[in-house]
Amino acid sequence: MTQQTQSRQDHADRKGAAGRMEVLISRLLRWGVLTSMALVLAGVAVLFASHPDWFSSKEALSALTDPQARFPHTLGQVARQSARLDGLAVVAAGLMVLIATPILRVAGSVVGFAVERDWVYVALTTFVLLALLASFVIGKAGG
Amino acid sequence: MATFAVSLGAGVFGAVLGLGGGIIVVPALTLLLHIDIRYAIGASIVSVIATSSGAGAVYVRRRLTNIRVSMLLETATTTGALVGAFLAGVVGGRWLYILFGLVVAYAALHMWRKPGGPDGRGFPPDRWADRLRLKGSYYDGAAGGEIAYVASRTSWGLAISGAAGIMSGLLGVGGGVIKVPAMNLVMGLPLKVASATSNFMIGVTAAAGAGVYFYRGDINPFIAAPVALGVLVGATIGTRILHRMRGSALRTIFTLVLAAVAVEMLLKGLK
Repeated sequence: MTQQTQSRQDHADRKGAAGRMEVLISRLLRWGVLTSMALVLAGVAVLFASHPDWFSSKEALSALTDPQARFPHTLGQVARQSARLDGLAVVAAGLMVLIATPILRVAGSVVGFAVERDWVYVALTTFVLLALLASFVIGKAGG
Repeated sequence: MATFAVSLGAGVFGAVLGLGGGIIVVPALTLLLHIDIRYAIGASIVSVIATSSGAGAVYVRRRLTNIRVSMLLETATTTGALVGAFLAGVVGGRWLYILFGLVVAYAALHMWRKPGGPDGRGFPPDRWADRLRLKGSYYDGAAGGEIAYVASRTSWGLAISGAAGIMSGLLGVGGGVIKVPAMNLVMGLPLKVASATSNFMIGVTAAAGAGVYFYRGDINPFIAAPVALGVLVGATIGTRILHRMRGSALRTIFTLVLAAVAVEMLLKGLK
């Protein structure tokens, strides 16, 4: 596996500077996904450890998926309740990391294009990044 | 458990077809598991990001993803997604189904009408593609060689991407159903590159909408968690499949999946 990855990397490197950019973004995505997965799994483990009845009770489970169900859905709630090791909040934190991953990779692309001195793409990518950040700000104000 | 299994399948399909898996997650959660459409869309937007990032890590390294094409079209899709996410609070659930169904049906028809497909050949590269360096090459596992390509009709690709962005904000799918045909049939990119690049883009489009959904409380962690985990595992398997798959087989599957989903959603909306 390691050897395979290595040869693929060599292959990309032969195409010049673009190879480094691809490795950078690929790594960013991989770490974001792994961190998110670890948090979600940990949260689910905590949830089921603190609610053993969920293994047997169908009603308790369906209450969680009810349209009126309550769960943390703001940055503050997730942070406070994760600190208390609330399982659902840790899962939500993992999902937040997952949502943040594509944004981090756009930020990584800005850096990558800047290293290549491709200013047209630095501008385009910065525009995408700003639009993304705007969506978060507006979403928070609207919700 | 059922949600995890469904999501695993969605991840495989999403990674292969560049659709993000949302196209499978929304109908599966609402029609099979009777979960509220609001949570289903919230979970699917999470699944789109999971597929995109999970598969993207592999596709970018293999140069199947064209980062330049993706960044250019993303300027249009992110703007569109912002608009769509706000309209979703206004447009009713019933109409969402019908709109979803019609859009998918159109994409299926388009794919079916071009069975052989001009896979990256036959179109003259335009001025924009030249100036913005919208070209590349990748190693095709099924063909056993390097495949080089150049984009064309860039402005059309941009316009369609904007519309795809609005759709994705509205429906919680990444708009891959529109972007893959747009890149393949309009811009003339090879289907595998179109799929991988769409896959890469939809994560960003979905993330733009996901912030809004998260704060509105549409992303229920209890539903989204098994979806995210299932899709991530599925996406990893999917990347291996796409590498080896022949273009014609990919196109056939793409058409069939789109047609099936279109019928499903239209029936649901018209009931």
